[in-house]
Amino acid sequence: MRLTCPVCGDRDHREFTYKGDAVMLDRPAPDAGTDAWDSYLHLRDNPCGDTRDLWYHDPCGAWVVVERNTVTHAVTGTALASEAKR
Amino acid sequence: MRYSGLQVLKEGLFGQKGWKPVWRDPAPKSEYDIIIIGGGGHGLSTAYYLAKEHGLTNIAVLEKGYLGGGNVGRNTTIVRANYFLPGNSEFYSHSLKLWETLEQDLNYNVMHSQRGLINLFHSDGQRDAFVRRGNAMINQGDDAELLDRAGVRKHLPYLDFDNIRFPVYGGLLHRRGGTARHDAVAWGYARGADQRGVDLIQNCEVTGIDIENGKVRGVQTTRGAIRAKKVAIVTAGRSGQVAALAGMRLPIESHILQAFVTEGLKPVIDHVVSFGMGHFYISQSDKGGLVFGGDLDFYSSYASRGNLPMKEHVMDAAMTLMPIIGKAKVLRSWGGIMDMTPDGSPIIDKTDTEGLFVDCGWCYGGFKAVPGSGFSLAHLIATGNHHAPAARYRLDRFRTGYGIMDEEGKGSQHNLH
Amino acid sequence: MRLTGKGLLDQSRSVPFSFDGVAMSGVEGDTLASALLANGVRVVARSFKYHRPRGILAAGSEEPNALVTIGRGAETDPNVRATVQELYAGLDAASQNRFPSLKFDLLAVNDLAAPFLAAGFYYKTFMWPRSFWEKLYEPFIRRAAGLGALSEQHNPDRYEKAFAFCDVLVIGAGPSGLMAALTAAQAGLDVILADEDSRMGGRLLSETHEIDGKPGHVWVDEMLDTLRGMDNVRLMTRTTVTGAYDQGTYGALERVSHHRARTEGLPRECFWRIVAKRSILCAGALERPVAFPNNDRPGIMTANAVRSYLNRYGVATGQAVSIFANNDDAHRTAHDLAAAGVNIAAVIDSRADAQVSGDFPVYTGAQVIGSSGRMGLESITVRHAGGTRKIRTDCLAMSGGWNPTVHMTCHMNGRPTWREDILSFVPTPGSVPGMSVAGAANGSFSTAACLAEGAAVAAAVASDLGKKAAPAATPKAEDGAYRLAPLWMVEGKGRKWLDFQNDVHVKDIDLAARENFRSVEHMKRYTTQGMAPDQGKNSNVAALAILADATGRGIPETGTTTFRPPYVPVSIASMGAGSQGKGFAPQRLTTSHHAAVKRGAPMIEAGLWYRPSYFPRDGEKTWRESCDREVGYVRNAVGIVDASTLGKIDIQGPDAAAFLDFVYSNTFSTLKVGRARYGLMLREDGYVMDDGTTARLGENHYVMTTTTAAAGEVMRHLDWVLQGLRPDFDVQIVSVTEQWAQFAVAGPKSRELLNGLLDTPIDGESFPFMACGEVSIGGIGGRLFRISFSGEHAYEIAIPARYGESLYTLLVARAEELGGGPYGMEALNVLRIEKGFITHSEIHGRTTAFDIGMERMVSAKKDCVGKTMSERPGLKDPQREQLVGLRPVGAVKQLTAGAHLFAEKAEPVRVNDEGYITSVGYSPTLETYLGLGFLKNGRARHGERIKMVDHLRGVTAICEVCDPVAFDPEGGRVRG
Repeated sequence: MRLTCPVCGDRDHREFTYKGDAVMLDRPAPDAGTDAWDSYLHLRDNPCGDTRDLWYHDPCGAWVVVERNTVTHAVTGTALASEAKR
Repeated sequence: MRYSGLQVLKEGLFGQKGWKPVWRDPAPKSEYDIIIIGGGGHGLSTAYYLAKEHGLTNIAVLEKGYLGGGNVGRNTTIVRANYFLPGNSEFYSHSLKLWETLEQDLNYNVMHSQRGLINLFHSDGQRDAFVRRGNAMINQGDDAELLDRAGVRKHLPYLDFDNIRFPVYGGLLHRRGGTARHDAVAWGYARGADQRGVDLIQNCEVTGIDIENGKVRGVQTTRGAIRAKKVAIVTAGRSGQVAALAGMRLPIESHILQAFVTEGLKPVIDHVVSFGMGHFYISQSDKGGLVFGGDLDFYSSYASRGNLPMKEHVMDAAMTLMPIIGKAKVLRSWGGIMDMTPDGSPIIDKTDTEGLFVDCGWCYGGFKAVPGSGFSLAHLIATGNHHAPAARYRLDRFRTGYGIMDEEGKGSQHNLH
Repeated sequence: MRLTGKGLLDQSRSVPFSFDGVAMSGVEGDTLASALLANGVRVVARSFKYHRPRGILAAGSEEPNALVTIGRGAETDPNVRATVQELYAGLDAASQNRFPSLKFDLLAVNDLAAPFLAAGFYYKTFMWPRSFWEKLYEPFIRRAAGLGALSEQHNPDRYEKAFAFCDVLVIGAGPSGLMAALTAAQAGLDVILADEDSRMGGRLLSETHEIDGKPGHVWVDEMLDTLRGMDNVRLMTRTTVTGAYDQGTYGALERVSHHRARTEGLPRECFWRIVAKRSILCAGALERPVAFPNNDRPGIMTANAVRSYLNRYGVATGQAVSIFANNDDAHRTAHDLAAAGVNIAAVIDSRADAQVSGDFPVYTGAQVIGSSGRMGLESITVRHAGGTRKIRTDCLAMSGGWNPTVHMTCHMNGRPTWREDILSFVPTPGSVPGMSVAGAANGSFSTAACLAEGAAVAAAVASDLGKKAAPAATPKAEDGAYRLAPLWMVEGKGRKWLDFQNDVHVKDIDLAARENFRSVEHMKRYTTQGMAPDQGKNSNVAALAILADATGRGIPETGTTTFRPPYVPVSIASMGAGSQGKGFAPQRLTTSHHAAVKRGAPMIEAGLWYRPSYFPRDGEKTWRESCDREVGYVRNAVGIVDASTLGKIDIQGPDAAAFLDFVYSNTFSTLKVGRARYGLMLREDGYVMDDGTTARLGENHYVMTTTTAAAGEVMRHLDWVLQGLRPDFDVQIVSVTEQWAQFAVAGPKSRELLNGLLDTPIDGESFPFMACGEVSIGGIGGRLFRISFSGEHAYEIAIPARYGESLYTLLVARAEELGGGPYGMEALNVLRIEKGFITHSEIHGRTTAFDIGMERMVSAKKDCVGKTMSERPGLKDPQREQLVGLRPVGAVKQLTAGAHLFAEKAEPVRVNDEGYITSVGYSPTLETYLGLGFLKNGRARHGERIKMVDHLRGVTAICEVCDPVAFDPEGGRVRG
């Protein structure tokens, strides 16, 4: 599998470390309550198809949001997490 | 039809004409007492134990493909009871006891081979962690022995003791650990369930779960609607999709785990061996192929196939640990879809919907759990009470923080195991 | 038998080799298979289950029978296909899976017992008595199973791995592949053309077709000359593309030196990771055997193999060759043989309307219904319109038609499409993103079609890649139609073999169907059809057809099993190249490494690093003696240890303080410049992730230390927080672990030592406990931290890594002058256990701040990562196991790490388990073993007597539960 690091370009996925669903970008407020935190940290849509997930490009230290398909492994887009967040 | 050496001889004399189908292919009835969604190892064993232990036989197992086509047919066949955290410890201990009489129970040779499992360790810290594990195994009533370097050398003289990057300090030997013929486990349970009257329905995909007033009423399938009083989702690898039919989100991400087999070789590896400084575990099948695996590919996926980096990591580990197998040639590699939970331990529980049960989240440990999972889920479905050895496999443990079972110490959030 | 003057090899260049110890001779360019055939060797192997004598079936990597062992001793290479192994002088080959010899194999008795050993018989027996499986049945089965044997010695050979990148990867260098490569190259694309053969050309080397009026191989050579002359083309021979992976990544195995005697420096194989924008699969097709009774005798071969051996290698595979086919394609075999002067015993065509002519007996509408000759084909029995007839023949060339080599198109879960007109599966377009298929692999079988399609597909690919491309001009070539009639099986007495390697025959498939293993996957797994080393390349389609027939379904509905990588078996050594021995993981060495080794310190692994275990002195017999002495240095004088392996992260920016407040559970914004503080870091799930000290060097400048083990994880985590959670923070972070060498100087004489080195001396006022600041030593700028992991008055001094070795040497020399010296990990561990300081033995991923007694370090005044989840009721339950100290107080004075804790009188079983010991050390200071561990509700139980039980080591000891801090609980020494 290959991913495009927005900083470094097209790279083999062995250069990346995976974090999981991009829902992790949306950290609830500390007082958001148990449901919100359970949903944030544990419960997953776990889509069989298109997904957005988070990868760390170890050589350059960029966190990348990847738009990807979990069945075909097709990658349709990547963006810096810091920008996706803003 | 009962299987025996005598029967095999008799059929040999008469041209194998007398063998009967191992299971029927019934059409689905319009209603069952219990529907098990998923005809894999866990679903089939659940049906079997419902029939055998609880006398319940008005049961259908609905399988969207072929029986045993999921992870029970694509794993590295390891059977062990070497867990150390409360919850896992008693569950896998119970499961191993079921394994030990499984052939006689099922009248089917699943080739359960207690050839011994050796987990290697490569530092003082790892040794202490394995000692803690081994002591927990003995506390539970299972077996464990601590091997020092010389002890490992006696059992596994072929390891690279001199040049390996992370020297072998010793190992934890679990003599009752071993392997079994994976497909035979599915077939044995399927045959046993069928013989007791369970309807095994293949090529029948569940497309909806009917719920009224908080109670389950049945399922919609590609072969029509089927009513049922109780429904169990036993579809590891697809748990999220099936649970979504009941409006549930699960604490599960699906990941790929690859496995490998080489061409047949004369016996060289007699145990199950696992490396402690990289992800690599290996045994040799009775046919002679080296069967081995490693870690997840580490990205969520339903593709049942993996990529090169993890393949290479596994071969790298093989070469540093046991360079005698370098000239063995890999014949085939495949991938299973793992239900990964945050803490790496499974779920066998009721749900908020009355009559709806889930058995999921087996991570990469589902094969050895096949007997125990079916037994415990059958108990829960039949009696409404959690079976003691599986009583900690609760769905809400992440929410409450009670009873989290993180064997690897990596954490209780996704993608750490 | 070699035919003088026939074939493409130079027969004057003879090559000596041996098979099963018998000296033989072949010629340069031979494969082991062609050489064996030239030497009249017929039986080359025994089959897996029934140990039937088997000969060479094919001429390529799909060969199911002729698996041999090459070489001896550690170099032994088992399960090598004789059809792929090139001959070289001194090649030492041996047959396998036979005892005592190929001719007389005791386990051939299995063949006599075959009526009882039907598919899956083993699932139905060997169950009684229970203990006999491991003791009797399984050991016997294991010994009988397997093919070749490993040497049981460590691999002595070099293997390599490499990456390659290109625009277009062309897989297979037959007519389609050559045309595709040329077209793509002419369009200006960067092309890799890979072929598994030693010589490119594919079937053109084995057929007598002319291209543009030239012999095929001459045309091939001209094409290759052209391609070699282009800078943008790489030709890779002996390279099998083994798998297709995501985003245009392909695995490929290059057999670099199997074709020659061992040469210093050359790897055996190289495993390539090829990344290609597009690929064109031109892998050709594989011929199908026919399942007629006793179709497995040595001498029965595929027709294409007979032509390969004849036309390429100049070898006649028999003296009276017969041909059995269901298609026109096979008839060229007869013509080629006749042209070479080989006697043709008969041509049998299953089609009644077949047009065959020649100077040999022809039977149309006929079938071969049997064969004889145990150690080699002697005759076949033919049933034809006029009756049956026995024909003497020593070689039968059979063809059941051709299967396009679709395998690679299925590696990403694609399913092939059935084409009724050619009775074969062909690739489904788009199965592998970026992969196109041309030629026979695509079901286009004539040479002309292959040439044209290769060029056309490559032109389309080039234009997709934005290049102007015209298909290379298609030369003139044979364009015969491919006509065949279904012929999957021939009825008759005797076993009709499908999977030659796994000994699966038609009745096994019938039995599977009868027992309701009707799904193609069930049939495969039950009968083992297609699970042998050839992965069903020779047999799967026929087996499917027979299953379809037995279950009353069509072939397309019956479906296929899944083709998975690798396409050919790949050695573990090649994919794991470079990892044998130390190469498995990088070795990180501190700047003091060599100095420590010089002092005789055993170096132990700490993650990727190496650290000294202890520094032995003359006269010391055990590591404990050294360790005790080194502990004494620190407690009484001064000790030196390299702490550079700890992660060091430089943090700067206006929001640095706020950032640290968010990633640490405690507060760092209140830390004064010039001071350091211990920090606790949580994962978002509320458990402890790591700890360390962080110093504030300036208003907006901090330097964080992490544990050695978690350095990478913490760096990733900090990047995550900054980019994923708080991109609003104006902070820059960078790992400086490698840039700074850092040494602990610990003990009551530490300040005295430092003041002998520092350009400006320090005192208690300028450098109190937890102070930090810039210092200089001999004009070299460094940093000094007054922190302690031993509980003593101590410092850590950091200096740019290039000065690390000299500073270490200096520190150690000065320490020795003061009655101290260097200490290692063992002493460091004892010192920290005496003080109750934790490491990852305690913060092992399952412990919370509450568990380790640091709940108050989770600040109530602010949010931080992990705070919310750490407040889940289950993470603060009083019954959780809490950190305690332990001391032996009974007769047994030893403690062991990994032991479990029980009430003094309780039976040591799971239900009574109350905790466990994580760390143990012998304290020479307090003259007792000390332990750290976790005990249920432990903080409330100080003073209680409990029992530790270590079943594994056979140690039971009574201990007293104590505060984790055993030495200097008031902490006076650290401030001294």
